Amino acid sequence: MKTENQKAWLFVLPVLALVAFNALIPMMTVVNYSVQETFGDNVFFWQGLDWFQQILRSERFHDALGRQFLFTFLILVIEVPLGIAIALSMPRKGFWVPVCLVLMALPMLIPWNVVGAMWNIFTLPDIGLLGYALNHVLGINYDMTQDPVAAWVTIVTMDVWHWTSLVVLLSYAGLVSIPDAYYQAAKIDGASNWAVFRFIQLPKMKTVLTIAILLRFMDSFNIYTEPFVLTGGGPGNSTTLLSIDLVKIALGQFDLGPAAAMSLIYFAITLLVSWLFYTLMTKDDLN
Amino acid sequence: MPESLIKMALELKNVTKRVGAVEHIKETSLVLDSGHFNVLLGATGSGKTSLIKLMAGLDPMASGSVWMDGQDVTRLSTQKRNISLVHQFFINYPHMTVFDNIASPLKVAGMAKSEIEGRVEEAADILQLRPMLHRRPHELSGGQQQRCALARAIAKESRAVFLDEPLANLDYKLREELRDQLPDLFAGRGAVVVYATSEPEEALLLGGKTALMRDGRVTQFGATADIYRNPANVEAARVFSDPPINTAEIQKEGNTARLTRDVSWLLDGAAADLRDGTYTIAIRPHHVLPFAGAGPAVRIAGRVQVTELSGSESSAHFDLGLPGSNDSWVSLSAGVHPYEVGEMHDFYMDPSAAYVFAPDGSRVA
Repeated sequence: MKTENQKAWLFVLPVLALVAFNALIPMMTVVNYSVQETFGDNVFFWQGLDWFQQILRSERFHDALGRQFLFTFLILVIEVPLGIAIALSMPRKGFWVPVCLVLMALPMLIPWNVVGAMWNIFTLPDIGLLGYALNHVLGINYDMTQDPVAAWVTIVTMDVWHWTSLVVLLSYAGLVSIPDAYYQAAKIDGASNWAVFRFIQLPKMKTVLTIAILLRFMDSFNIYTEPFVLTGGGPGNSTTLLSIDLVKIALGQFDLGPAAAMSLIYFAITLLVSWLFYTLMTKDDLN
Repeated sequence: MPESLIKMALELKNVTKRVGAVEHIKETSLVLDSGHFNVLLGATGSGKTSLIKLMAGLDPMASGSVWMDGQDVTRLSTQKRNISLVHQFFINYPHMTVFDNIASPLKVAGMAKSEIEGRVEEAADILQLRPMLHRRPHELSGGQQQRCALARAIAKESRAVFLDEPLANLDYKLREELRDQLPDLFAGRGAVVVYATSEPEEALLLGGKTALMRDGRVTQFGATADIYRNPANVEAARVFSDPPINTAEIQKEGNTARLTRDVSWLLDGAAADLRDGTYTIAIRPHHVLPFAGAGPAVRIAGRVQVTELSGSESSAHFDLGLPGSNDSWVSLSAGVHPYEVGEMHDFYMDPSAAYVFAPDGSRVA
C-alpha cells in the first residue's frame, strides 16, 4: 500500500532556506536595483527597463563584452590543447606521477590576488625578472603599463600559467581511466598515434573535457581579481573586462541601477553560453 | 584450394617472460594448430593472459621465439603478425559505428572500399549484427558489443585469433548461446584459435586441445578429452574439475589402500604394484555417490556440511572425519537427494575411478 502525503517537502526545506540566503535573496536585491533609481536614503524611483536599454545600447558595454569574449576565447584556445598535450605526456605510473601531479596543482593553490601581484612584479621592466630580461637582455621593448598588446600578452600568459593545470588534471584523470585493452586493440589494428588519440583517447576524455571547458569558460568569463591587480584594466581601457567595468560603474561611479542591470545581463550571457555548450556536447549521449 | 585445407601453426619455443625479478611465464614450448580450438585452462593469475600477450607481441619476452607457419615472428610488431584479440571486456572504438568498428583494421590495412563492405557485411551476417551496423557500441547490449568485437576478428581474417575469456562478462544465457556458436564461427577459416578460460566446463564443451596452466607454466597439453581422462599430475586433476576434485592421502600396504581407520579397499592393476607408502588419491565428485552403484563401491560415512540442490543435480559437501584435516569431499549425483545438514550419511566411491599420485604430485596409477 502506498500512502500519499506531503512530508517529503519537509526534507527539501533546509536546502531551500540555504539557497534562498546565498542566491535568491541577493539576486532579487539586484533585480530590485535594476528597475529603480536611488539617491540613497532608501528613496527609490521606478525606472522600468530603462537601465537595461541603456546598458544594451552602450558602446562602453559592447567594448567590454568584446574584450571579455576575446579574452575567454584566447585562453580556451591555448589552455585546452596545451592541457591535453601536457596530460598526454605525463607518466601513467611510477615515482614521477605524484611529483607531476603536485607540481601541476601548485599554481591553482595560490590565492588569486597573489597571482596578480606576482605577475605584476615579475613583469616590471626595471626590477621584474621577466620584464628586465625582455627589455635589457633580449632588447625587446616590453612594458605592459604603456603598451596594450603587452598588457594582453601578460594577462593571457598569467591565466594560462594559473589555470592550464585544471585542464591537465581533468584530462589526466580521463586518460588514466582508459583500460589498457583499448591500446592493445589499437596496436593490433596497427593504428597510428594520431588515430589512437582521435578514436580512443579523445572520445574517452570527452566527458571530463566538457567539464573542464565549462569550468574554464565560466571562470575566465567572470575573471576579476587577477587582471584588476595586474593591470587595473589599463593601459587606457584596453584590459577592462566585463567584471572590472561593472565594479567601476557600481563602486566607482555609484550608478547602482545601471550596474544592477549590467549584472543581470552579464549573468544571463554566462548562463546562456554555458547552457548552449553543455547541451551541444551532451546531445549525443542523451539519445 | 579450400581454406580449411590450409593448416596454420603457431609455435612457441622456450619462451619466458620476466617483470623485474619475477618470472611471469616460465620456459614454455607449445605448438598450436588451426582447425580446432586451443584452450588455455587455468585459474586467474596462472599466466593465460601473459602467454597470449607474448604470442600477440604485445609484451616483450625475456627469451625464446614465436613462429607462425614456419616464420620467426619474434621480432615482428603486433600489427605485422596479423592477429586478432577479443578481450573479456567489450573493447570497441566508442565513437565509431559498428560498421566502422568492424572495418577499422581493414581500413588501416588500406583495403579497397568495396572489399571492406563485403567483408564487414559477411561478418555482420554471421554474428547477426546486420540491423545494428549503424549504431554505436554503447547503444548495444553486452552480448552484441562482444559480437561486434568478434566480427572485427572475423572480418580481419587474421592468422591467429586470441579469445581471452571472451564470455566472462556475459550473463549466463548469452554465454551459453555464444559459446555454442563459437566453434562454428572460426571453423574453416584457417586461423589458429587460442581460447583462454578458467572454467573446465568451457574447455570440455569447446573440445580441441587444451593446455593446462599453473603458476606461469603449461603443466599438460593435449587433446581436451585425453587430459580430462588422464591428468598427468595432481594439479592437472585439480584444475580440470568443477566442482573441485576430491583428494585425500591413503596408506598403501600390500594390496590394501587405507583411507581412514574404517575405510579401506583392495587395489588392483598398476596401483597394486606400487611400493608401500603414502599416496594421494583424487576422485571426481560424480564418482562419489549417495547410493551404491552397480560396480564395486567403497562405503564412506561422512557428516554432511553443505548441500546444493539444482533441478538436475544434487551435491553434498561432507566431512571425511580424517584426524588433523579440514578437507571435505563433494558428492555430485543426478536428481534430487534429500540430505540432512549435520547428519551422518553414507557415500559410495568407485575406487577404479580414482587417480593415484606419488608424494611429488606425479600420476602413478
